[in-house]
Amino acid sequence: MNTLIFRTVAPYLSALMMLFSVFVLLRGHNEPGGGFIGGLIAVSAFAIYGIACGVSAVRRAMKFHPMSIAASGLLLAVVSVLPSLFFSQPAMTSQWLALPFLGTVIDLSTPLFFDIGVYLVVVGAISSIALSLEERAD
Amino acid sequence: MAATKTTVDITAAMVTEAVPLADWLLVAPVLLTMAGGAISIIFRKKSATQPWIAITTIALVILSNIGLLNHVLTNGVVTMVMGSWLPPFGIAFTADPLGALLALTASVATMCVAVFAMNSIAENERRYGFYPFLLMLLCGVTGSFLTGDIFNLYVWFEVLLISSFGMQILGNEKVQIDGAVKYAVLNLIATTLFLAATGLLYGLVGTLNMADIAGKLKAFDSSGPMLGLATLYFLAFAMKAAAFPVNFWLPASYHTPRLVVAAIFAGLLTKVGVYALLRVMLLLMPEGRDWLASLIGIVAIATMLTGSLGALAQTDIRRLMAYLVIAGIGAMMAGIAVGNEVAVSGAIFYSMHSVLIMTALYLLVAFMFQMSGTFSLREIGGLYIRTPLGAGIGLILLLAVAGLPPFSGFWAKLLLVAGALEAGRGWVAAGILVSGLFTTIAVGRLWIFAFWRGGNEHTVDGIQALPIAGSSDASEISWSIWLPLVVLTALIFIIGILPETMMSITENGAKTLIDPTAYIGSVFGGIR
Repeated sequence: MNTLIFRTVAPYLSALMMLFSVFVLLRGHNEPGGGFIGGLIAVSAFAIYGIACGVSAVRRAMKFHPMSIAASGLLLAVVSVLPSLFFSQPAMTSQWLALPFLGTVIDLSTPLFFDIGVYLVVVGAISSIALSLEERAD
Repeated sequence: MAATKTTVDITAAMVTEAVPLADWLLVAPVLLTMAGGAISIIFRKKSATQPWIAITTIALVILSNIGLLNHVLTNGVVTMVMGSWLPPFGIAFTADPLGALLALTASVATMCVAVFAMNSIAENERRYGFYPFLLMLLCGVTGSFLTGDIFNLYVWFEVLLISSFGMQILGNEKVQIDGAVKYAVLNLIATTLFLAATGLLYGLVGTLNMADIAGKLKAFDSSGPMLGLATLYFLAFAMKAAAFPVNFWLPASYHTPRLVVAAIFAGLLTKVGVYALLRVMLLLMPEGRDWLASLIGIVAIATMLTGSLGALAQTDIRRLMAYLVIAGIGAMMAGIAVGNEVAVSGAIFYSMHSVLIMTALYLLVAFMFQMSGTFSLREIGGLYIRTPLGAGIGLILLLAVAGLPPFSGFWAKLLLVAGALEAGRGWVAAGILVSGLFTTIAVGRLWIFAFWRGGNEHTVDGIQALPIAGSSDASEISWSIWLPLVVLTALIFIIGILPETMMSITENGAKTLIDPTAYIGSVFGGIR
């Protein structure tokens, strides 16, 4: 896979895919999408980058170890369950916060953070597997 | 995206009343272990702090489980539905005395293993994630005990299975991979059967909530499909619980992982299978249980006898313990086969006892290995003179697993036998007693050879042989090995001396299982 075309295109392609994965993650509340599928798209981006430029480049680009990313995602998902505790509601009941931002209103909710947690768990866990498989191939 | 855009009024399907804070105890064990597991993965390189993260988390889980058991005993069955969605739409967590008691026992056993592992799991193996796996295993196990949704039960099974695969190959030895493959394949087949049965059940009644299933199956006219489902579930969970004849994976795999890992496996994993059997056979499909009762009885007796005879035949202490696990599973299944209140109470008592005793026995094996440097009954010997305290603990634990008074196993077997006689199933009672006799001989042989005999099998009576190379002195044994052993032995002893409290809890649990009114009422009575 060491062609010039692929190596030139791969960084742009993975950047686009990362952006798309965030888009899919955020539209997941009401429309098809969500943390799991978004995470898979992000992992595909890392995998393409890894095939083109090598695993160490991906590890540098990720900054944190994939396992740490997965663990922090799990922690975020657990924390997102808790807020309903303070409103005498059962666990995982969604809490909403309408945040005015530059003239529009952004609806923040606990399911969103749960979904981000899922996204991070998928990104961390699957990319950890994918990277060690690619490392083996080198 | 906003909630204001919703045009459908959903308040009728939502919990609107305030939830008491105590109900959060239902989800606390799962949330705590998940958070603790995540934190210990983040700090996976700091192998010195790993045990302390785990021990703190498990201590909190134990406290929360004590609170939950107390809550359940004072207020009856407790339910919390996730996301405020009323059952059967929301996934319910429902704790009855059975689930709460087993969750508490499981967390105590996990704590003992976490402390024991401080000394016996090498630094580099901690980096492979022993403690994160341990916490996630506890997460899966307590989740299984507390969930009130059958598909959710499947999910917790997966959580604990995946953690257990990771723990099993800790050490990367060839023989471990071999054991793990046998273990994994059989367990995956069982899980697949479980999933298939759940799919069929959903097709049949259109719900996954256990209370809802129990109610709908009772009103179901034709019993044919339900009996088929009961058989499928029985096969799936019998495989998990290691019942005869689908138990060959257990002796083939439990001697390969690290002994602390085997301790937690023997203590918790098969018991989850038994718990699932109790839940499905008694609460969901009592009619299916009645239909299968004789088959379950035969399977139970065969499991008990093959387990205790297998233990009698082994010379490797680890394999001997694996057969003792199987013998215990048979006793619990005998309680399900009999199915009256006394016997089910005995089965619950035995599950609780089995969690403690099997964990303790595998820890004892690890201790004996450290003292003697061998697992072979032919090589081992002379432990009494070197560690009288260890020999005392060993004697108590071994007598307890055989079901002799005054230890906890006795009361469990007493209830089982009394229940079997009451129901006119004398042959089940006979099976329990005969297997108890064989187990007594097997553990007596172990104790005499390992502790009483002066040295290996060629030692003449009354002579103290030289210690084997690679063994350590009693004074070198660290507190982290003594403490879990002493605590577990003390618990087994105290429950044996004062069984009334435990019996009232198990009786309560049996009543809730056999008469599901309280369970169904808790789920569908709104929030209570």
